[in-house]
Amino acid sequence: MTASLNARRIKHVTNSSAVVVEDLRVRRGTHTVLHDLGFEVPRGSVTGLLGPSGCGKTTLMRSIVGVQIVESGTVTVLGHPAGSTPLRDKIGYATQNPSVYADLTVSEALRYFASILRAPAGDVTRVIDEVNLGTHADHIVGELSGGQLTRANLAVALLGKPELLVLDEPTVGLDPVLREDLWLLFHRLAADGVTLLVSSHVMDEAARCGRLLLMREGRILADDTPAALRTSTGADDLEQAFLSLVRRQETLA
Amino acid sequence: MNVTFALATARRILTQLRHDRRTVAMLVLVPSLLLILLRFVFNTEMAFSAAAPALLAVFPFAIMFIVTSITTLRERTSATLERLMTMPIGKFDLLLGYAIAFGLVAVLQVAVATAISLTWLGLEIDGSVLLLLLIAMLDALLGTALGLFVSAFARTEFQAVQFMPLIVMPQILLCGLFAPRETMTPVLEWLSNVMPLSYAVEALESVTRSNELGGTFARDLVIVAGSGVLALILGAATLRRRTP
Repeated sequence: MTASLNARRIKHVTNSSAVVVEDLRVRRGTHTVLHDLGFEVPRGSVTGLLGPSGCGKTTLMRSIVGVQIVESGTVTVLGHPAGSTPLRDKIGYATQNPSVYADLTVSEALRYFASILRAPAGDVTRVIDEVNLGTHADHIVGELSGGQLTRANLAVALLGKPELLVLDEPTVGLDPVLREDLWLLFHRLAADGVTLLVSSHVMDEAARCGRLLLMREGRILADDTPAALRTSTGADDLEQAFLSLVRRQETLA
Repeated sequence: MNVTFALATARRILTQLRHDRRTVAMLVLVPSLLLILLRFVFNTEMAFSAAAPALLAVFPFAIMFIVTSITTLRERTSATLERLMTMPIGKFDLLLGYAIAFGLVAVLQVAVATAISLTWLGLEIDGSVLLLLLIAMLDALLGTALGLFVSAFARTEFQAVQFMPLIVMPQILLCGLFAPRETMTPVLEWLSNVMPLSYAVEALESVTRSNELGGTFARDLVIVAGSGVLALILGAATLRRRTP
């Protein structure tokens, strides 16, 4: 009885959610980084993962792409257990510290990742254009500026046909114009059905997301739309909303 | 196992090397320069001919060990490994790619060193030059495989470099280059017997000394190749898709 109920629930969930996290607990050494998290990321949404540095955003993202050792709980991505084989060409992941071969040119590095993802030949030029790196395609990655490097790193995640993009601080160090361009790109991808989970520690990016997950010290403080968060906290901007949620949590504790 | 992924990885590593011309020049020329130096240190062709075959085994082994352990460590610390582990490539495909790329470099390295030794430095070999190249390449692959394996136990480049004296030097000291293995004390002889480089040196010496290659030679080749494959499998086992 319970099993069939569970099965029905999971089926329902996989139809509407790209990511389902249940009771996720992660420890690093003696320190618990994530405390029994549970949430869902709707398909085709741009969900922002916001919170101060060190609150567990990267660990959570690593758990979703399946490279984090998890103590307990389940993470289901596109209907499969996180990290399982069918997911390996469906997720685009951009790590926080750029992970692109520094001694290759931008297009050489992308060509390698494209061949591992079995992406079509034209994909390399497509993603270079999408992140506006056309003028630097033949530059050595290690000689790029910080912002260019961030974009080269993002370009790798866009290769192939990812259904879920997990982007860890993809707009850090970018000027406002580029940031605007990238957010337009994110929304264009979401309109095509791609789900995006984007982390940031800057609150002014939060307003650009369809949904927000606010994190602090390994716990989810809020899971809602930006508008609903402003209403429920009575704050004008999201920074104030976040602070009032923190205070509310501290008085409860 | 996916050969396409392994070949793509090998091509990527060779492209990385191509951008680093100084490293390529050193990889190709350093063993030859050391052999030239040795030739003038000994000052006779006979003494050189006695030591050179062993060194043709030792150089590619030691150099490939260092180069691979540093490259793999860089792949781990720069998070490109983590990124690859979210992609369809298998762990063994990745290591095979490394082995192919560095195996090719090793062939070039040994070919140059052998050519210089044979034409200029007065090395005389009675057996087949191709077999000599084959053994030296297996050696380089053994170095590559061991380098891949130990890089799992190094967190920093400083530690990775220290594995060279720890893993490589004892094998060089005990492989029969400095003292005949039969004259060593039983403990050292036993140690020498479990170190794969000893068999590589023995195989190279038999190729240079005679045209008649018996069962011992075949056994040596199997041991060297087998140790390489074993180290690759252990190396693949140390790569984890999930890390703490």
